[in-house]
This record gives sequence, structure tokens and C-alpha cells, in this order.
Amino acid sequence: MPTKIEKDSLSGQNTTGHEWDGLKELNTPLPKWWLYTFYATVLFSLVWVVLYPALPITGATGLTGWTARGALPAQLEQSRARMEPMLARIRAATPEQIAADPELRAFAMAGGRVAFANNCAGCHGAGGQGAAGGFPSLADDDWIYGGSFEAIHHTISHGVRAGESDEERGIAMPAYLATQMLTLAQINDVAEHVLSLTDRATDRAAAQRGAELFAENCASCHGERGEGNRDMGAPRLNDRIWLYGGDKASIVRSISYSRAGVMPSWRGRLDPATINMLTVYVHALGGGE
Amino acid sequence: MATAAAAAHGGAADRPMPDYVEGPIRAFAVITLFWGIVGFLVGVVIAAQLAWPLLNLDLEWTTFGRLRPLHTSAVIFAFGGNALLGTSLYIVQRTCRARLFGGEEMGWFLFWGYQFFIVSAALGYVLGVTQGKEYAEPEWFVDLFLTVLWVIYLVAYVGTIMKREEPHIYVANWFFLAFIITVAMLHIGNNISLPVSIGSTWSYAAPPGVQGAMIQWWYGHNAVGFFLTAGFLGMMYYFIPKQAERPVYSYRLSIVHFWSLIFLYIWAGPHHLHYTALPDWAQTLGMVFSVMLWMPSWGGMINGIMTLSGAWDKLRTNPGLRFSVTAVAFYGMSTFEGPVMSIRAVNGLSHYTDWTIGHVHSGALGWNGLVTFGALYWLIPTLWGRRGMWSTKLMSWHFWLATIGIVLYITAMWVSGIMQGLMWRAYDELGFLQYSFIETVAAMHPYYVIRMLGGVLYLAGACLMAWNVWKTITESEAEEPVRAAAPAGARAVPAE
Repeated sequence: MPTKIEKDSLSGQNTTGHEWDGLKELNTPLPKWWLYTFYATVLFSLVWVVLYPALPITGATGLTGWTARGALPAQLEQSRARMEPMLARIRAATPEQIAADPELRAFAMAGGRVAFANNCAGCHGAGGQGAAGGFPSLADDDWIYGGSFEAIHHTISHGVRAGESDEERGIAMPAYLATQMLTLAQINDVAEHVLSLTDRATDRAAAQRGAELFAENCASCHGERGEGNRDMGAPRLNDRIWLYGGDKASIVRSISYSRAGVMPSWRGRLDPATINMLTVYVHALGGGE
Repeated sequence: MATAAAAAHGGAADRPMPDYVEGPIRAFAVITLFWGIVGFLVGVVIAAQLAWPLLNLDLEWTTFGRLRPLHTSAVIFAFGGNALLGTSLYIVQRTCRARLFGGEEMGWFLFWGYQFFIVSAALGYVLGVTQGKEYAEPEWFVDLFLTVLWVIYLVAYVGTIMKREEPHIYVANWFFLAFIITVAMLHIGNNISLPVSIGSTWSYAAPPGVQGAMIQWWYGHNAVGFFLTAGFLGMMYYFIPKQAERPVYSYRLSIVHFWSLIFLYIWAGPHHLHYTALPDWAQTLGMVFSVMLWMPSWGGMINGIMTLSGAWDKLRTNPGLRFSVTAVAFYGMSTFEGPVMSIRAVNGLSHYTDWTIGHVHSGALGWNGLVTFGALYWLIPTLWGRRGMWSTKLMSWHFWLATIGIVLYITAMWVSGIMQGLMWRAYDELGFLQYSFIETVAAMHPYYVIRMLGGVLYLAGACLMAWNVWKTITESEAEEPVRAAAPAGARAVPAE
């Protein structure tokens, strides 16, 4: 098909003279602003590759000398220098001393909040309220291992049953059914007795029978009246706070198969100053002793 | 189905029109809409999952992790891919004045082959069979099948161009060819892997570590560049001048922006890996090539929008054209945003945040989606020999639903993304991080809900379109056999 250049009456531009399925093209020159902006981006790029690393040679930098690896230590140092004086004081003090000093306490509460949110809240909840299924609340005064500064510090540092520290918390409760120490009927009686500690027994006779079994098997850790024992990490059974549920089925399951919650040892994961700040923060959540 | 073409345009009238292949193209047009609705629906579901995690249903097959690649692949490869295959096969025949190389059988083979690829890939995602590369999730056996299919597509395309009756190759075909060839190269390059055994669905990628990441984003970014940009520009270069009934604004601009676009795009991938183990020099180059891409990308926008000079009044009466032109406007916006986000310091804020998701969707919903709707609104009456769509009013409703949906989506993601980036880097006066990660997640909840509502509007618009298309095909009035005085664009009419 022959080339047939036409003039477009609307724009005054010529067509290129080609046609495809009725489509034509004008031969309008490149818009100047488009072309010059394109040149400007090319110029910007040329300047940029002179200033910043752009050659695939180890150690080659641009005129500024900037490297990503080189820039990081400076930023870290800046941040460290800003916080180090306070962190050093936090590290040197005991949690008790920190809590007594308004300046240190304010710093520790701010740092503890962040550390708690990023390391602890996943299990213990954003406000330390705990969660069903074995994640204790840290905002009440029902402590399994104690709520003093020292006890909290120890629990955070060494963890619970994680096998990461010789001083870890927690001993194993026997699985009474699984090890055949008690029969299911006996466990049912013990559960009724446990319920009776909070006046919830459904079967008085069973609770009576369970009292003897409780004294033989449970009282050494949980106490004669189910008052708990912090040295053993044996929770109180005569209140309404339950780690794994306080209904009869949950209690039967706990006695039958035992429970053994785990918490990591944070010593070695977090620096001593952070553990001190966490201790002060958790102590202040509501139940510190 | 054979069609007698009724040509009535300019000097072309005296030349016989080839017997164009149209049956498979009709199928591509309908399936594009079908997969579009599937993809948008899955998008709405996963947007709702982000706002209300309960909707993951605790089933492995319905978790966000498996549905997200289903959504991305459904919209990019099923919706976008079928739109590209269908329109490219339509356009290459018309602008070359030649019947498709391989004829009707070739068209149907490509159609069914591509649907087989889509279904195999989608099943893999839901069942957890994936190689874990973003936008390249299908495992090795699906990759091999697609490679064969794609080469046949290339043969059909080039074969048609080679037997063309027109002396020159129309600009749309340059873009489609760049799309087909580069996607083949990217697909093969990024999927080189070794299956554990010939009977195993499991494979290991050949390049290790940071090299693998580099190749992945060379692939990923150029999937945007050549699948979602070059291919759809090919679509734009045919349907906008057709709908506007005006010549393309500038041939010279089309040449310069075509070559600068395809030369520069291929190097821009490393901007996805700022502040990673990727060496600094590669990050720098990824950034500067992205900055230089700004004007080459805008060349397409200028050519699209300026083609309307003298035809702006048609926007009032032709909602189809409104789709195409608004698409080009979104294209211009996201191809400006892209280079800005590739600048290292900006990326330090935007990377890993919802800003990226917003950016992608201003391109995907705004550019790819709207330009496809515009093309289909022109193509469907043409392919079925109708005077026009069944309802112009429904087209307008679709336009406004889609546009408002996009605006809700991208503004919600701008706000939540920038907020997220700022929260991550906020320090209190003592030097501690101001927010924990979970607090940033909680802060985004309202924006996740707004984003989902935007998606619902967009999906609703597509459903209106499906209804309109159905009515057009089944009920709409047929066009008169020969429109002797057709102002522009020869329209094909079924023979029966």
C-alpha cells in the first residue's frame, strides 16, 4: 500500500502516511518538556553513579565514600552513645534500686514497655493480662514463682522448664493417669476435692474420698488446703485463678496428664539492662510485691 | 467460526480482507472477564482476612499464605494474560491484514493451553505445591508446560507478522513482541531449577542466596515492565485511537519511548532489594535506571492522552473511552510514583509497608484493569457484530464503581503504608522504639477495612460488566451487515 501523507486539520500535523486497519499516526515532534526532563533524569543518574558505589569491584565506592555497611556502625554508635549513660546506671543497679529512683524508674518503664511488647506480649498479652492455656497473667498478685523484684528477675533470667539454665524454674508434676499412680475413678475424686476447695464440688462423697488422696499425693506441693507453694512453682488451687481452666474436665485432664508450661531463659537473649528494665516494668503491671 | 469482514475504510476498501480468526478471540474475551471476577473476589477475601484474621478459617487451603498467590496470579496471569493473548491475536491480524499463523486451530490451542496452565498453577497454590518465588510460584513441571506454550505463541505471533500485507509493523505489535519475547526470557531465567526426582513436585532453584534474589527481582520487576506495561501499552495503542477515532498523537514519540522503555526497564529490578545483602553497586544501578524510566514510561501516557486532542467530547458519550483514558492517567501516576519509591532514601521508608501494595494496585486496578475493560467494551460488540454494548448506563456505573474503588484502595494504602513506615522508625525521647510491631498492626486495621471496601466496589463494577456483556451477546441488536459510511475502523460482522 503506497505511503500517503495527509495533513490533520485539527492539529496541523502531517501523518506518517501509513495506515493499519484504519489507524494512522501523526508525525508530531517529541514534546520538548518530555525530552529535556528525560535528559535531566539521565544527568541526575550520571551524577549519582559518580557519587555512590556503582562499579562491580570489591571496595569500590563513589566520591562520597558512602557504603551501606559503612553507614550502619555510625548510626548504631550514635544511638548507643545517646542511651549508654542511662543504660550503664540501669545495669549497675538492682531492680529495687531502679524502682526507687524516679529518673531511673522513668527510663526503665519506657524501655521495659518496648522490650515487653516485642518479647513477652506474644504469650502474656499486650498488657500482661495473660491468655488461656497456660500463659499466666502478670497484672495480678497471683504469682506462681513470686512477685518480688528478685523473684521476677530470676524467672525472666532463667526461664521455666526450657532446659536453658541450671537455675530454671519449675519442677515436673506427675501425670497420675499416664503413669498409673491413680485410677480414673480416684482422679475423679481428687478433682471433686479440688473443686470443694472453692466450694464448687458436685459430689460431696467423692470429694470426701478425694481428700485423703489429695493429702497423700498433692499436698506436698500444693499445700494441705491447696494454698500453693512458690518454691515448687505449685499454683494455688483454692482461688478462682486457673492457668489451664478450673472446670472439672480441665482439672481431671491436668491431674491425668500433668501440665508443664515453658518459658525461655532470657539471659543471653537480652542484655542485663533490658532484663532489669523488664523486671521493673512487670513488677509495676499491677501485682508487684 | 468463519467471518466475512466488511471493510469500508479509506484506500483499504478495494483490497480483500483476510478471513480473520475470531472464535478463540471471543473465548479469550469472555474468559478474561471470568478470571477477572475470580481474581478480584479472592482479592476481596484476602483483604478481609487481613482486617479479620478469623477468616483464615484455620484451614491450610484457605490461609492468606496460599490465597495470596492465587489472587496475584489470577489477576496478573489469568485476567491480564488472557486479555493480552486475546487482544494481541486480534490486533496482530487486523494491523497486519493477515490471518493468524496456524489458523483457527492455533488460536484454540493457545486458548485451551493457557487455561490448562492457569488451572494447574492455581491448584498448586491451594494445595501448597509452590516453589515460593513471588509471581513465579508454579513448580517446575508447570513452568515447562508454559515455556512450550509461550514459544508456540511467539511462533504464531511472528508468523502472522511475517505474512503481513501491510508494509510497516504497527506500534502495538512492537510492544506485544517485546512483551512475548522478554516474558519468555524472564520465565526461563527465573525458573531454572532441579527437581528432586522426575516424579516429584519438589525442586530446588539453581541460583543460591543473593544471586537468586537478584534474578527473582529481575524477573519480578520485568513482569511488571513487560507483562503489565509493554503488553498493555500494545493494547492501548490500538484501542484508544480506535475509540477516539483519531490518529496516534506522535509516531516519533512512540519510537523513542518504546526503545528507551525496553532498554531501561530490564535493569531496574535491584530497587526491590535496597538495604539488603545485594551489593551497593547493584542497588545504585537499580535506582538510577528506575529514575531514568520516568519519561520513557510517560511517553506512552502522552501518546494515549494526546491522541484525544480534538475528540475530548467523546468522553461524554463513550464510557468505554473513559475507561481507557482514565487507565492511562493511572498509568502516568504509578509510573511517576515508581521512580520516586526506587530512590534509596524513600525506599527506606516505603519498603515492606502497605505503600508498596497501594502502588501496585494503582497500576493494576487503575492501569491494567481499566484499560482491559475499555478494550473489552470496544471488542465485545465488535466481535459479536453488535451496534454497541447492551447498556451504556451500566458501563457508566461500572466506571464510577471502579474509579471510586481504586481511589479508596490507594488512599487507604498510602495512609496506612506511610503511617506504618513512620511507626516502625519512631523513637521516644529516651531513645527507645516508640511502637511495638503489634501496635503498628493494630493501627492499620481501619485502613484494611477501607481497602477491602474499595475492592468490593471494584468487584461489583466487574459484575455489572459481566451482566452487560451477557446481555450484549444474547440480546443486543445486531449491527447492519455493511456499514458503508463507517467513519473509522472496519468492523467485522459474523457471516450468518
